[in-house]
Amino acid sequence: MNPHRPRVLIIDDEVQIRSLLRVTLEGAGFEVHEADHGGLGLSEAANLHPEAMVLDLGLPDMDGKEVLRRLREWSQVPVLILTVRDSEKDTIAALNLGADDYLTKPFRGLELAARLRALLRRAQPATGKAAVRFGDIELDFVTHIVRRGGKEVKLTAKEYDLLRYLAVHRDRVVTHQQILRELWGPNAEKNTHYLWVYIAQLRQKLENDPHEPKFFQTESGIGYRLKLDEDI
Amino acid sequence: MHGQRPDPDTLLASLQREEVRAARGRLKIFFGMCSGVGKTYAMLRAAQKERSNGKDVLVGVVETHGLIETESLLAALPITAPRLYNYKGMQTSEMDLEGILARKPRLVLVDQLAHSNTPGSRHPKRYQDTLELLNSGIEVFTTLNVQHIESRADAVRQITGSNVSETVPDSVLELADEIELIDVTPEALLERLREGDVYVGGHAQKAEESFFKEINVTALRELALRYIAERMDKRLRELRITTDGQTVWHSGERLLVAVGSSLSSKRLVRWTRRMAASQGAAWIAVNVESRILAPEAQSRLDQSLALARELGAEVLVTHDTDVAAALVRVAQQNKATQIIVGKTSSPRWLDAIRGGSLVDRLVRLRQPIDIHIVPPERIENAGAWIDWAVASPSSVREYGEALGVVAVIGLAGWMLQATIGYLAVGMFYLLAVVALSLRVGRGPVLVAGIASALIWDYFFIPPIFTFIITKLEDKVLFGIYFVVAIITGQLTARIRAQERNERVREDRTTALFHITRILSSAKTLDDGIFAVLRQADDLLAAQSALLLADRTADRLQLHFAGSFAIDDKERIVAEWAWRNRRKAGRFTDTIPSAIGFHVPIIREGRSLGVLSILVPREITLSLAQRDLIENMASQIALLIERENQRDAVEREKLLEESDKLHRVLFDSVSHELRTPLSVIGAVFENIDTADAGLRARLTTEGRIAEGRLNRLVKNLLDQTRLESGALRPHLVWCTAEDLLKAARDGLREALASHPLEVTVAGDMPALFADFSLTGQALSNLLLNAAVHTPAATPIFVTAGLDRNKQQVFFTVADNGPGFPPAMMDRLFQKFARGVDARSGGLGLGLSIVRGFVAAQGGEVEVGKNAAGGAMVTICLPHRQSEAGPKE
Repeated sequence: MNPHRPRVLIIDDEVQIRSLLRVTLEGAGFEVHEADHGGLGLSEAANLHPEAMVLDLGLPDMDGKEVLRRLREWSQVPVLILTVRDSEKDTIAALNLGADDYLTKPFRGLELAARLRALLRRAQPATGKAAVRFGDIELDFVTHIVRRGGKEVKLTAKEYDLLRYLAVHRDRVVTHQQILRELWGPNAEKNTHYLWVYIAQLRQKLENDPHEPKFFQTESGIGYRLKLDEDI
Repeated sequence: MHGQRPDPDTLLASLQREEVRAARGRLKIFFGMCSGVGKTYAMLRAAQKERSNGKDVLVGVVETHGLIETESLLAALPITAPRLYNYKGMQTSEMDLEGILARKPRLVLVDQLAHSNTPGSRHPKRYQDTLELLNSGIEVFTTLNVQHIESRADAVRQITGSNVSETVPDSVLELADEIELIDVTPEALLERLREGDVYVGGHAQKAEESFFKEINVTALRELALRYIAERMDKRLRELRITTDGQTVWHSGERLLVAVGSSLSSKRLVRWTRRMAASQGAAWIAVNVESRILAPEAQSRLDQSLALARELGAEVLVTHDTDVAAALVRVAQQNKATQIIVGKTSSPRWLDAIRGGSLVDRLVRLRQPIDIHIVPPERIENAGAWIDWAVASPSSVREYGEALGVVAVIGLAGWMLQATIGYLAVGMFYLLAVVALSLRVGRGPVLVAGIASALIWDYFFIPPIFTFIITKLEDKVLFGIYFVVAIITGQLTARIRAQERNERVREDRTTALFHITRILSSAKTLDDGIFAVLRQADDLLAAQSALLLADRTADRLQLHFAGSFAIDDKERIVAEWAWRNRRKAGRFTDTIPSAIGFHVPIIREGRSLGVLSILVPREITLSLAQRDLIENMASQIALLIERENQRDAVEREKLLEESDKLHRVLFDSVSHELRTPLSVIGAVFENIDTADAGLRARLTTEGRIAEGRLNRLVKNLLDQTRLESGALRPHLVWCTAEDLLKAARDGLREALASHPLEVTVAGDMPALFADFSLTGQALSNLLLNAAVHTPAATPIFVTAGLDRNKQQVFFTVADNGPGFPPAMMDRLFQKFARGVDARSGGLGLGLSIVRGFVAAQGGEVEVGKNAAGGAMVTICLPHRQSEAGPKE
């Protein structure tokens, strides 16, 4: 049996991090490629067509965000960024630039592997599906009907829009700004209080324990994630 | 012989001279008795030799006088183009000092050191240009004739009969590292003159003809040779001081010269200087202020004192009506061994009134001090009377008043004499003269005395209408009257003069006292400076400004307290004073055309800034006033010094504190880091050989150690973030549940053994807070509760809204022992750890909590809960969430 080994490109200037990730990810079934600076990373991305990328935001030659910006000009490959604490702003900016997920150093290698697998699954053409199921909940994109345990749940129009947006980007972090812009337009990007109101309502209606949410996860200070994948 | 060893001051001065010499450029003077001996030629030859040795030689200015040999020598050297001036329609050219300074050669040739520059040049005299060159480290060759030496000017005048206007102070010659005497015999010189080898050209020749008489030349030659000999002698002595402290130092002599306002004072000063130099003695110039001087006299006095200072004397000014007593007093105080006074030619009757001439009085004081009397020159025999009259200037009004009083009493006496008698009239006159002396000057009193005596005699003493007095008793009475009137007048006038002097002196003392007092009470440097400048403004009726050197940049900055708007031109003068550490501008030799008087502020050899004083054009500052300004400058220097010291002390203290902190930090960090690191090390050491069960335990231990390391680094980073001041809260809307979940997520292992009881009030609103800062604060509190309480004891978390305070709060409490009372007031300090702290930790937890909460405008309260356990409450400002979104 020779299962498909997904190609992952790691862009990080720390030798030890790269070799540790290589060991962990190869053990988890990935084919690992490395680049130690942004310029090399971009050209490797063009040559190798990796299926996922791990990008450190602090690189010696150029800002990780710059790498991301250039990459996103021609590629939609899933990118997981590595950040340090205290750089919330950078993280948000990178997510807004099109990064798909983030991990804060120090992180565990296994968690990274799980996140990457989730990203790869999401990148499979699943968009053709007309419905999403999680737990006992079913969301029908065609009829706009949400059922919980077979019974229809009444959602307001905005609640539905938010749920749909999170479901389309399921298992990905979406920033406050991304949601606000999508649902209320670019002028509403600062109105984060809109969000917690609707998230709280969705949790009330769809979670078993609204105080211990299973699906509607808060990403501290950054945004939300609809978590469906058990790996994460 | 007096002293057997050099006194320390002399030795120090000598050493300092050596030191300064090292930084300054070398000065070599080609010295001769008069023009035509070949100084310029010798200088050019020497320069050429230096040049062939590879030295960067530049000709600043050289006069060849058209001599072919000299010109051919000059042609081989690089020459600075002269700077052209247009002065009163005449084209003049001067040495381009700025150009040379900019070009910075090693050696510059400057011919004719005594030359006077065209007005408008930087310095009035060429020797001052030369000094500036030397001070900027450039070596200078120059030429000089003996007649141009300041202290020899009088002697030359006596020899040649012509005045020498261009002189060089002796102090400049003393700077010379080498003086080369260029000597020819008088015969050879005169021969040369006849052959035209000296000075070609019309009127110069004529003017010099009288100068070049053989007898003159011989005398000048002797003067030049003697100067060189004296210098050699002095050098030798100096050499002995510096090389061998035991050698005989014969002169413990100190000369004191009395300097007055007379025309011959300058001569007296030069005479003393010559004598001091030949004896190797120190000398003091003393002025005794006994009366208010007329402006011209005051300016003559100032010039003489300035000359004395220039020639190296210590200048003292004292006040006394008795000049002789004052001189002796100063002499005793300063241990002077010889007093030099000029022979004044005051009228004999005046000397009689004063109790003898100055010399007589000095001699009469019988002190063991030698007295030298220098005879006056012919020119000013008549001076004293005029001087005296001018000295107490009494207005016409005062004379009028005196005569008026005499007339009125005469009239009244005429009418009343039948009843009171003519003797009473005399008494009235006496009374009037005494009364007048209290109001008017010496002159009017004298006039009133004489006039009243004559009127009394003529109109009242029988036989009337004659000046004849017949009765003996009347004669006696009249005589006594006359003497009493004159003496009374003199006495009161003298008392008044003394009072006036006293007042002037008191004013000056008060001014200084004021400044000192203000300075000692000034809290800050700015306060002090402000006060000093205002004092300067008030006392001198001036405007003042202070320029201070920037600590880092190489430039001056105007202090805000100044009242003198310094323009660019004045600024340049001020900068010159600052860089060269010498006074500049008005009343000085450097750029005297400037409007301001600029005094550098010097402290321990460093130039800290410049005090600039502007007085109106028509007012001249006296020497005493300029001294006062310099005094202010040194007071400011002290003030700056004090401030610097205070800064230094504070820095020291801070450093000590941070050093202490550093040590504590270092100790605890290294301990805290080592513990988990050794655990991890042990895990790796054993994991290969361990069985499955042990391996699981090792992994858990490793995990715990890793978590501990993580938290430690996180805490340190958080603390650094707090202290760097770069903490900018990123406020978003969030819920208490989310915050608490985030706080617990990072602490799974630490919280595993403690049940957590969370109560969120039903009306708990959303918070507008920084998610990660608040989460971290809560996390720190939970961890604290977990590590300071026994396992299995619960931790209580409450969240709610305090509507009165408009605050949302989180309370974390436990049933543990609570905060030790001794710790209560240090709880929030960095590195404050409980004595029995179980898990170690750096003691940063609460400090970070408070920092993070305060950054969001909140506060932290600590206390006890009902069970006596620790309770910490975080309060954050409540913000009404805005209107919800529209559907």
